[in-house]
Amino acid sequence: MTERTVWTILILAMIAMAFSRTMFDPSQSAGREYVKQVDGEWVKADLIDRNAGIAEVSYDRTAGLWIAAVFTLCIFSFMYRDNPFYKVAESTVVGVSAAYYMVVGFWSTLVPNLFAKLMPGVIQQWAMPGLSPEIEPTGIYYIVPLILGIMLLMRLVPSMSWISLWPLAFIIGTTAGLRMIAYLEADFLSQIENSFVPLIVFTETGIDYWQSFQNTFMIVSILSCLVYFFFSIEHKGAVAGVSKFGIWILMMTFGAMFGMTVMGRIALLAIRLEFLFREWMNIRPY
Amino acid sequence: MKQIIINKLANLDRRWVFLSMLLAVAIPILLGLEFPETPTQQAINVFDEVERLKEGDRVLLALDYDPSSEGELSPMATSFVLHCAKKKVKMYFLTLYPGGPPMIQQAIQRVILTDFPNLVYGEDYVDLGYKPGYEGVVKVIITNLRELYTTDARGTNIDQIPMCQGVESIQDMDLLIAVSAGYPGCKEWVQYAKTPFPDKINLVAGVTGVQAPYLYPYVPKQLIGLLGAIKGAAEYETLVVGKYIEGEPKAVYQEGRRRMGPQLVAHLLMVFLIIAGNTLYFLQSSHKKS
Repeated sequence: MTERTVWTILILAMIAMAFSRTMFDPSQSAGREYVKQVDGEWVKADLIDRNAGIAEVSYDRTAGLWIAAVFTLCIFSFMYRDNPFYKVAESTVVGVSAAYYMVVGFWSTLVPNLFAKLMPGVIQQWAMPGLSPEIEPTGIYYIVPLILGIMLLMRLVPSMSWISLWPLAFIIGTTAGLRMIAYLEADFLSQIENSFVPLIVFTETGIDYWQSFQNTFMIVSILSCLVYFFFSIEHKGAVAGVSKFGIWILMMTFGAMFGMTVMGRIALLAIRLEFLFREWMNIRPY
Repeated sequence: MKQIIINKLANLDRRWVFLSMLLAVAIPILLGLEFPETPTQQAINVFDEVERLKEGDRVLLALDYDPSSEGELSPMATSFVLHCAKKKVKMYFLTLYPGGPPMIQQAIQRVILTDFPNLVYGEDYVDLGYKPGYEGVVKVIITNLRELYTTDARGTNIDQIPMCQGVESIQDMDLLIAVSAGYPGCKEWVQYAKTPFPDKINLVAGVTGVQAPYLYPYVPKQLIGLLGAIKGAAEYETLVVGKYIEGEPKAVYQEGRRRMGPQLVAHLLMVFLIIAGNTLYFLQSSHKKS
């Protein structure tokens, strides 16, 4: 029996289990999505709504539930090894995401930010009824981004691809300028300012030892980390000691970052398993 | 014999580790393991800042995340919306993520449409939707909201929305809540909203575990409070549910705490694996030397 066969059997077994839960679940909740109407909108219904008789099965949402569950299993199958199920799921995600971003880009960027500025009357009738039909005094200036956008598309024509460098240079220049100011203000200057803290914190009742320790430790850590990155002098003697302490602080920081990342990844796994157990199979221990 | 065991463990197929992690997360979910949460100062700061708001105050909820980080951030978003709805403040939703609009709709549907049907769209809450431009959006709307937002997500003219009248810019908000997954997100709100207008903008945030270590340096001067990862979500959820919900809360208001059960078991497994891996490494090294 090949590994592919084993894996196929495992996935089919999982789907069969979900089917059996769907067929024989006493509450008729597994593998189905129920909806109710609230203010003209269809929202998800719970057991109370069903008991009250105001909920009904939504066939399109039920199909979505099954597709989501099967694709989750397909992605999980990569933990065993690369396989066709995983490839199908991966390609679908890439394709759907690309299409979604293209549609969002068109409706949220081109239509309201460009076409609506250049020809508001047409766009109001066609797509945005809430838009004022009168062209703004600055509307004509939007010809410039239109031309830059067309120049950017010249990238698709190999013989004229050099034209796309001009709008690209504009994008890089403005972004760099915008970010430089923000980083200088928010990260460089403000962070220096935030580091000016009293080493000994006095309160009405005396010295706050814990806060004083925290502040002192923070200042020592900052300085020792800076010494570690100070390469103009040789790290010998006292400098080497401080630099080594700086490395320890950096290592602890990386450890904390790793721990937080692990927490995030486990949460992602937990939500998928919750989805499979609770939403799909209706296994709810609480 | 000892050497054989060491070699066998050193060459253990990584898929056994995957399987053990899968079980470490799946079993607590199936058993419904939950542990009590003690809120830390960060969660208390966030809670107090929302609690400070008065009825009718304006709150901007920037839900800058998409389905890939929904597991961590949707419990935070749910708790924020619940807290704001209970405080009877006006909620302005927007997102800087292209995949964010469904997240806004989900938060509205889970909390407002389900448990607060008396709240009126356009009077109590509004969905301003997604705007492209990353930090450029923040940079513009901090001084002029209408420069970019001429309509809401439904296409209604912003001047015809009652709760948008009188709002010239984000500086008119009483509180900014950023629930963010990365770029653009909380960092950009700090850089382009809070830092240039430190006296006019109050900012709290809930972020993913990956992002949190980079944002802690902003606390407390540039960020009043920060909820980091699912742990922060669970703590804040405990505070909100503890104060505003009597009896057993609905499952949707327990997501953060529910996901801390698998976290604990999975973290214990991680600690065990790290210790086991290092022990194995030292045993192999010492055996080679001998």
